[in-house]
Amino acid sequence: GANYPLYIRSTPTENELKFHYMVHTSLDVVDEKISAMGKALVDQRELYLGLLYPTEDYKVYGYVTNSKVKFVMVVDSSNTALRDNEIRSMFRKLHNSYTDVMCNPFYNPGDRIQSRFVCLGRAFDNMVTSMMIPVC
Amino acid sequence: MADAVLFEFLHTEMVAELWAHDPDPGPGDNIWRWLLPLESWGQNMNLSVLESVGFRVGQALGERLPREMLAFREELDVLKFLCKDLWLAIFQKQMDSLRTNHQGTYVLQDNSFPLLLPMAAGLQYLEEAPKFLAFTCGLLRGALCTLGIESVVTASVAALPGCKFQVVIQNS
Repeated sequence: GANYPLYIRSTPTENELKFHYMVHTSLDVVDEKISAMGKALVDQRELYLGLLYPTEDYKVYGYVTNSKVKFVMVVDSSNTALRDNEIRSMFRKLHNSYTDVMCNPFYNPGDRIQSRFVCLGRAFDNMVTSMMIPVC
Repeated sequence: MADAVLFEFLHTEMVAELWAHDPDPGPGDNIWRWLLPLESWGQNMNLSVLESVGFRVGQALGERLPREMLAFREELDVLKFLCKDLWLAIFQKQMDSLRTNHQGTYVLQDNSFPLLLPMAAGLQYLEEAPKFLAFTCGLLRGALCTLGIESVVTASVAALPGCKFQVVIQNS
């Protein structure tokens, strides 16, 4: 099926287009992993997909829910302090926040998660903000 | 368990409330028309409303319940999830049997469906049964939808309190 973003956020905002592009290309890798899982080619059955691919400046991590919602996280390579289990827990927080949005009676499944006009997406947005490490 | 009856009471009231306001709401244009005898076409709108309510609840549950679970590999895993985890969460019991023709049709059988139990065993209230199954049909369809499967879910009762849910997968 078609992949379209429910939510996308980056910091700092100058390179937004580059991050959009990275996320978009990483979806192919995610789809490959999902497909391999489905054909039982790998033993992997975890929702956390790990490092999708490294680039010179960034590391891209993936996570997919059973409802086939894909989470992609792009982290600066220079951030060596961030460990695998921390990435995992960040994805879990994202998943939990997304589930809360899904259970909000005013949210229509499939809509973009926006906090600009409605409070609905604000909690999700704030949670993402709390996870992002500002780059000075 | 006290918790179980809370949902049962709420469900009973939902059904009663819909029929109290409009006992004969009009035929509507949906699948229920083909499953119910001509005399009961008037109930279609309410059944449709109940099914839609169940659908949205199912969508949310389909997102929330599998959270701690490992990834589903195939369609059958999802059906098993409905019969075990979903049923257990809502009705405190598992589905009694799951059958399939391996061509996209599944029959889920509950020999003692909690929402039909209060109507007592026997044939007396058989024609009222669809009202008490519509929500759950929507629930199954909603959960399947969230998990990436489009389906049509219908239910039938041969003898209370047992019932069968038929899930037909829609291929695009």
